[in-house]
This record gives sequence, C-alpha cells and structure tokens, in this order.
Amino acid sequence: MADRHIDEISGVETTGHEWDGIRELNNPMPRWWVYSFYATIIWAIGYAIAYPSWPMLTEATKGMLGYSSRSEVSLELAKAKAAQAGNAERIASSTLDDIIADPQLQQFAVSAGASAFKVNCAQCHGSGAAGAKGFPNLNDDDWVWGGKPDEIYQTIAHGVRHAADGETRVSEMPSFAEMLDPEQMKQTAAYVVSLTGTPSDPALVEPGKQLFADNCASCHGADAKGSREMGAPDLADAIWLKGEGEQAIINQMKAPKHGVMPAWLPRIGDTTVKQLAVFVYSLGGGE
Amino acid sequence: MSILDKHTILERNATLLLVGSLLVVSIGGIVEIAPLFYLENTIEKVEGMRPYSPLELAGRDIYVREGCYVCHSQMIRPFRDEVERYGHYSLAAESMYDHPFQWGSKRTGPDLARVGDRYSNEWHVQHMIEPRSVVPESVMPSYAFLKETPIEVTNVAMNLKANKAVGVPYTDEMIDNAAADLKAQADPNADTSGIEARYPKAKVGDFDGDAQRLTEMDALIAYLQMLGTLVDFSAYDDSTGYR
Repeated sequence: MADRHIDEISGVETTGHEWDGIRELNNPMPRWWVYSFYATIIWAIGYAIAYPSWPMLTEATKGMLGYSSRSEVSLELAKAKAAQAGNAERIASSTLDDIIADPQLQQFAVSAGASAFKVNCAQCHGSGAAGAKGFPNLNDDDWVWGGKPDEIYQTIAHGVRHAADGETRVSEMPSFAEMLDPEQMKQTAAYVVSLTGTPSDPALVEPGKQLFADNCASCHGADAKGSREMGAPDLADAIWLKGEGEQAIINQMKAPKHGVMPAWLPRIGDTTVKQLAVFVYSLGGGE
Repeated sequence: MSILDKHTILERNATLLLVGSLLVVSIGGIVEIAPLFYLENTIEKVEGMRPYSPLELAGRDIYVREGCYVCHSQMIRPFRDEVERYGHYSLAAESMYDHPFQWGSKRTGPDLARVGDRYSNEWHVQHMIEPRSVVPESVMPSYAFLKETPIEVTNVAMNLKANKAVGVPYTDEMIDNAAADLKAQADPNADTSGIEARYPKAKVGDFDGDAQRLTEMDALIAYLQMLGTLVDFSAYDDSTGYR
C-alpha cells in the first residue's frame, strides 16, 4: 500500500497519487448513498426468494409467493367474470326475445354488445355499424340474411360462407358472363336501377324486365325484393351492397363477389354472440 | 476500520480485485446462460402446432421483408385487456417454429398473433390495397403491389431445408412436395388432400381474389389467416403452463 498522505488544507486523506503536485482527495461516499446501496442488495435477495428467479439444474426457482403472470391473469379474468355473473348468467340462460323484453337485461346486453362490436366487428362493418362497400350496413332495414334476433344470432354465430362451420350461411350468385351478352346485361342493369326510382333509359328497361324475370327472379324474387333464405339482397330499394349504379350491377353479374363473414361462436362464445345480436338488433333495423 | 470501509482491501489490491471481478462475472454469466440449456422446459406441450406450409412460409418471408413487425406485434401478453381484446395469451409453443420470431416490440397497429380467421380474404385484399377503405382511421401504408407481384417459386424446397437445419421438423415428404404444395394451396381447382394431410388446418383456395395468378398477396394472406389458429385450446390446460 502506498504511504498515507493527509492534505494539509482540508485535513482529508488523499488517494496517494500525485500529478504535477496535484493530489486527489479521498472523501468517502455520502453515508445516505452507501446505506441505500446496501439496502438495494438486501431487497434483491428478498425479491429473489419471493419471486421466480434463480436458475437451478432443470428449471428456475418458483419463489415463495408462487407468483406467475399467467395465473394472475386467470384470477383477474375470473374476478371480472364473477362481477358480471348475475347478468351474464341470465343472458346465457334466456332466449333472445326474453332478453329484449327485459329492460335491465337488454340494457346490459346492449352495452356489452357495443364493446364487443368495437373489438370484433367494426373493422368490416365500421365503428358506427354503417358498413362499407361489400360490407353490409347494420343500421338500416335492409337485411341480407334476416333481421329478427334469432336470424342475427345465427349469422354472427356461424358466419357467412365460412367454410370451417357446417351451419354457416351459404349462397352463391352464378356468373352471367356466358349466359347474357353485354347488351342484355346493360338492359337488366337498367331495369334493376329503374326499380329504385332512379331514372334510366326506357328503351333498355323494357327488355330488361323480361331478362330479369327469366334470369334473376328465381333468387331475387319476381318483385326483386330479394330472398333471405337464399341470401339474395333486395334490389328494389336504393341500398346497394356491392356499389351503386348500372356499372356496379353489371360487374356483379359478370364476376359476382361474395361476402365472407367468420363464424364468431367458437371465438367469443355464446353469451357474447347473444349480446352482439341484441346490440345489432337495437341499432334501428331490428324486426 | 468499520465494516463500511472494508472495500478498501479489494480496491487497494489488484490481484484480489481481479479475482473478485471474475467471481461476480461468473455468477452473472451462469444466471444468464444456464436457462438456455433447459429452454425446452419453457415450451408448453400443446396439440396442433405444425411447421408452416410452403405458401405460409413464403407469406411469412414477405411479412418479414416488408417489416410488418415494425408496427405489428405477434405476442398477446398475459393481461386482462389483451386477453379480452385478442384472445388467449400467446404461448411459447406457438412461436417455436419461428425463425426469427415475430413477437415485435411496438404496436402502431394491432397485435396479429390471432388474426387468422378473424376477417375474410376479401377484407384482407381490400385492406392491403387501401387500408382506409375499411378502417378510416388507419395509418397503414398501401401494399397494393403485392397483388401484382408474382411469387418466386424457385427456392421453396431450400427454404424448408434451411428451416429444417435450425430445428423445424419438416419431413422429407414435405420438402419433396414443397413447390407443388405452394402452388396447390392457392389454387381453388387443385387437389389439396396432400396439403391438408401434411399441414392440418391449412387454409386452401384462392386468397387474393384472382384465381389465375399466384401472387405475394396470396402468400401473405395465407400466412395471416393461419396465425393463431393452430393450437387446440380445448385440449390445453392453462394451469400446466403457469410461469
């Protein structure tokens, strides 16, 4: 060890090093700092005993408290479920009509359904449920597959054209590209547009009417009001799923687009599907 | 000399300091390295996990190439808000065939660990071409070019082999059929019995709305539609995986 050297002015020991006559004082660390430092070491030892930490031969120590983030989340979910148990159980055991008839239960189902809607449905149907091109508006009175509570439930639970679900709703509009020539398609489209009260060329509408009766009426109905059994949309109202105007109708006749909706029952469960059905029913178009 | 001044013994003796440092670094090293030897223990035993089909693997490569992980994570953390929004928290087993994993560290967009089967293929196509046409508040860039880019099919088998080399259990049969499987999975008219036998739960059919062409859009959507759908959670007991 180097010789001890005490600084004459401050009376403090120096480190013993000298640079051109300059020496460095060897003041001790502040006591509060040193004690905090030792406290953190003691804390770390306690923490390592209480929580999973130390690697052993085949796995890490489990910790005295038995904590794990996964068991924690299970407890938290169970607690949240228990808090809603009264209403959720009643929803699970009631029919949709009973839920809608009971104002308190209906209110619970609508608010639960609204939050489930934002998570699962808004991406396609929009956060206000107004839909987008190809994705139906759920606020209006126009239903492709039916607007009664049970029908809405069926559509949400099993989806539309969702191959993995045996009870899914299926229909397929054939392509008319080879059955009708372009002129005939134009005539049919003109007729369909005329049904909504939109002015279109009478010279096209007249032959179009016959073409519609021959080709389209079997699914969309003689009055073009659609068929929910077939999932054939109502063409006589001014609500368009695949786009507005004659060209959009011709496109759909040539190369039909078919909307697909996933089956939600396996993913979110019966109670949530029921709540969603009640919520969608409450949006204004429910029948 | 009080106990608080004992450290001067170490600090004034170079050899002792060296030995002490070595001791501390060794403990730190063991604590960090030892767990790697029993990494297998941390992977839950689950039903349903399988290697990615060639088309899904190609889609995954596009996912990595385009940097999707910069904005999307694939890791549902074990918190109530995440579990209620995205579904069951992610298991280690679900990314055991990922090289590299796509857990991600930032979410500008939502987590994608369970995006499979959540939307229709058509929605995905529309969303890739113009995200704002279906999600008005989205800030995601357009990936319309994927639909115009034919997928490269020359090195599929090599891709599987490379994954096999790092531990993904691809069989020789899978590697031999890789190029054919890649094409058949996105072809609505192909015989897909082989794919479905080799890769259970694989989604088959046209993904990008254009059955004539095999594009990068097909591959990416095939990958996305598979994400999070493989593990059979009805056969998984949560309490066996508490950690």
